[in-house]
Amino acid sequence: MTDASINTHTIQPEAGFGDYVALLKPRVMSLVVFTALVGLLAAPVGVHPMIGFASILFIAVGAGASGALNMWWDADIDAVMKRTAKRPVPAGKVEPGEALAVGVALSGFAVVMLALASNLVAAGLLAFTIFFYAVIYTMWLKRWTPQNIVIGGAAGAFPPMIGWAVATGGIGLESVLMFLLIFMWTPPHFWALALFMNADYEKAGVPMLTVTHGRRVTRNHILAYTLLLAPLAIGTGFTSIGGPVYLAVAVVLNALFVVGALRIWRRDEAISQDDKYKVEKSFFGLSLLYLFLHFGAILAEAALRPYGLGGWG
Amino acid sequence: MSLRAEHELHRRRAGRNIGLALVLLGFIAIVFGLTVVKVTSGDPMQAFDHVSRPEMVPGAAPAKGD
Repeated sequence: MTDASINTHTIQPEAGFGDYVALLKPRVMSLVVFTALVGLLAAPVGVHPMIGFASILFIAVGAGASGALNMWWDADIDAVMKRTAKRPVPAGKVEPGEALAVGVALSGFAVVMLALASNLVAAGLLAFTIFFYAVIYTMWLKRWTPQNIVIGGAAGAFPPMIGWAVATGGIGLESVLMFLLIFMWTPPHFWALALFMNADYEKAGVPMLTVTHGRRVTRNHILAYTLLLAPLAIGTGFTSIGGPVYLAVAVVLNALFVVGALRIWRRDEAISQDDKYKVEKSFFGLSLLYLFLHFGAILAEAALRPYGLGGWG
Repeated sequence: MSLRAEHELHRRRAGRNIGLALVLLGFIAIVFGLTVVKVTSGDPMQAFDHVSRPEMVPGAAPAKGD
């Protein structure tokens, strides 16, 4: 842009550094950093702290890159949803082409750097995660099927597997269980949100389960996934990444989660509207805590291991 | 308009430039750190100088002086 163009009235607001950071979805990145770190630290073999730090950073950059690609592709629907209208592309701060360039460049950068910092398995998993989130979920499934959340959840479930692969160079039962924990948690988490944010998705024409099959079916699905999630989450406690601390946390949280899902299932729209979706909102809040505490407990077991306290001895 | 006039846009550009500079400096530091770690704690390394190395042959007698 030349100085002459500054004087025109048609100029776009120029993006600040923070707008490019926002393009990488920092909140999603923080979850990715946390779960990938847990995957890395829970692995039976250690890595040098510098390699661990750099690997987690490159995983986060890869996640951010897929976020930028998502914002590039979804700018049209982001603009009509209240929750996403202020994102850099729909807000006009970053050009769609720029978002695409940032996304593609950072994807390549993150994968190559992760391969150099750790190993090809971790880099391959990261490349697949970016492809899965940007192409399979964002471009293909999100606007096509009400099961979008279920399949898209897989993309968010890969980071602990990548962290595990950084340390071990492979895939293990425990890393698959951590993947499944997030994968099975995502549908009840998002569908609870969709129950009280329905208007947004409907306006954007995204085939959310609440829009295509109605709220009754969504409530049934929340309960079904929660009931499938509970044994999986508790069962993880008996593997090498689990232990008494994890098991205690998992039993309590899953009991609360199942009770919450049952309450959602027993309600109908009239009751929910009467109390402004109080139960759905508290279930959504609990779901955030649920994931954080499960992974926190895995981390605690790993942290206690050097003192002979973590795991099952 | 004077070129020296401070516009909000200039502040944004300065912020972007400083941000990018810090990111690049951070990247240099990370690559340097990774290099040091890989070189000092990596697998035992041996230069390849196009001559046969008897110690690499399974079952071969150790080289003189070993």
